[in-house]
Amino acid sequence: MFVDFLYHLRDFGLKVTSTEWLALMQALRGGHARANLNTFYHLARCLLVKRESEYDNYDRAFASFFGGIEASPDVSEELLEWLKNPILPEISDEDRAKMRAFDLDELAARFRELLEQQKERHDGGNRWIGTGGTSPFGHGGEHPTGVRVGGGGGGRSAVQVADSRRYRNLRSDRILDTRQIGLALRRLKRLDKDEGPQELDLDDTIDQSARNGGEIELVFGPPRRNRVKLLLLMDVGGSMDPYTHLCERLFSAAHAANHFKKFEYRFFHNCVYRRLYTDMQHSKGDPTHEVLKTLDHTWSAVFVGDAWMAPTELTHGGGAIDFDDRNSIAGLEWLRRIRQRVPNSIWLNPEPRGRWNEPSIHMIRRVFPMYELTIDGLTEAVDVLRGTRPNRPSANQIKP
Amino acid sequence: MSFHLFTGTDTYLVTPELRDAVNVACALEKPLLIRGEPGTGKTVLAEAIAENLDKQLLTWNIKSTTKAQEGLYVYDTIQRLNDARFGDRDIGDIRQYIKLGPLGLALRAQERVVLLIDEIDKADMEFPNDLLHELDRMSFSVFETGDQITAEHRPIVVITSNNEKELPDAFLRRCVFHYIEFPNKETMANIVRVHHPDVEDELLRQVLLRFYWLRDLPDVRKRPSTSELIDWIAAIRRGGITAQAIEKELPFMGVLLKRESDIEMVLAKRRFGRVS
Repeated sequence: MFVDFLYHLRDFGLKVTSTEWLALMQALRGGHARANLNTFYHLARCLLVKRESEYDNYDRAFASFFGGIEASPDVSEELLEWLKNPILPEISDEDRAKMRAFDLDELAARFRELLEQQKERHDGGNRWIGTGGTSPFGHGGEHPTGVRVGGGGGGRSAVQVADSRRYRNLRSDRILDTRQIGLALRRLKRLDKDEGPQELDLDDTIDQSARNGGEIELVFGPPRRNRVKLLLLMDVGGSMDPYTHLCERLFSAAHAANHFKKFEYRFFHNCVYRRLYTDMQHSKGDPTHEVLKTLDHTWSAVFVGDAWMAPTELTHGGGAIDFDDRNSIAGLEWLRRIRQRVPNSIWLNPEPRGRWNEPSIHMIRRVFPMYELTIDGLTEAVDVLRGTRPNRPSANQIKP
Repeated sequence: MSFHLFTGTDTYLVTPELRDAVNVACALEKPLLIRGEPGTGKTVLAEAIAENLDKQLLTWNIKSTTKAQEGLYVYDTIQRLNDARFGDRDIGDIRQYIKLGPLGLALRAQERVVLLIDEIDKADMEFPNDLLHELDRMSFSVFETGDQITAEHRPIVVITSNNEKELPDAFLRRCVFHYIEFPNKETMANIVRVHHPDVEDELLRQVLLRFYWLRDLPDVRKRPSTSELIDWIAAIRRGGITAQAIEKELPFMGVLLKRESDIEMVLAKRRFGRVS
């Protein structure tokens, strides 16, 4: 059951490693759980979960694992069983020997006693005083008298706390604000030697001075600059209206990021055709092939759109949703041309992944790698643009 | 194992969870990583630990240009170069040009100290990874002299982060992590009483009501934090404003809200009726 908890956490997407698990074992041996599920909840959390964005997952995992246990009268039985079997994966014999060193029966008895006490006082007081000196987990964990165990105010149990999912708002797959987007974009860097004001090159200065017999010889060199050029292409209007706020945030964050060498933006409706617009009303703009001429492989392009449209809007000449945009070249062909010109390009989709099983979305995903417009998605997308993650379009079916 | 347990101090109130996290980190000799909203007392925690456990506190404030190496030591080449040319010191002795940084000092200390690495996320993305070895082994070597410095007493390391950058997994694995939640009304009342011991109950109640109302407004861009609340109460008391007056208006709003748009938004909201 003990190891089950580890795998249970991993099932909930928490990447708990053996290092962290062993740290928890060590803490349990030190008596830090104080034989109390509440304390154990916090102890395991501070050692196994390292991001507040994962607190919610931890809460769900904890609640589903211990939920039934706490409610049932056989609390102690199952928990004791669990504590009796601390067998871990991938640990050395030496470690295992150490673990057996504590007296399980003594621990079990103490644990039962404490658990009963907790039950009795559940509705009464919320202060529970430990009896200094004897840690149930053996090995000399010293508790000074008067350590309060359990919840601070209302006497809520760990499972109840876990169940209330207070950390839901900290999940990182929720939508983002401008600052978060800005921070994600700040990672978009490719450093390069650049022209500009010269900086003192210390290493070379020392080297040259030494060669010069100690006469100080100052050496200057060009500073390193970010060479990312970013083109932001945004779908506006129609089905994108619900995401206007989100796109505005992305836009303002990208616009405010001053670390790009160049930053350009264009708008389109549903798909790119022969014109790209510089305003959201689609009145001012330039022919797409003119824009393409100004781009090359040193640019990065980010599309933002739901990619959701009638398939003919992508596949057929004259398929554009706006009647006056009489395109002779199909939308998909334009997208391919852009991808060819700017291979370092990706697509951000504000629609949740679960809704990506649409024909038009599949077609576009075969051209551009597509990511959700969430912190996680944006982070992955930036990794692709930085070149630390393969830039491969995919057409795998999405599990709903 | 015998060590003194951290219990919080007179001026620093600690939740049981945070207190346990501190003690686990001390016992397991792992760095304690603290995250939380600005103003939840992340930095002050290290001071409280040092005070409570009667240890010396070393602070390493991280900036965007900070390099991991600087925390260990800096080899002052410029000084040596200068001395070679103009000085009269013995430049053959490199040790006098090695200046230990906060981490280096903490590892060399004769007794257990508290080391605060403040706002680690300000530095470059790779910064935490560069510290992995030193934090793991609690030792480092000075390349220039070949000296090996190993901690006799592993320092209590407290690291704070504002979550501006995602920290690397390898680094996170080695830490004990605690997220300081924004205090609820009851805890906040206790915190306020630490700073304003003689505040009237009714005034405190009204102030907290307004304060949490403001924080919970969805459109507030910069939410007021603990330190701003304490300043606000100081302003209100010095201005001799009564609890009834706070109920009707929000005096000294500039102490709580620092953005013009936030103030305008709150004023607009108030025009549409009473608060709460």
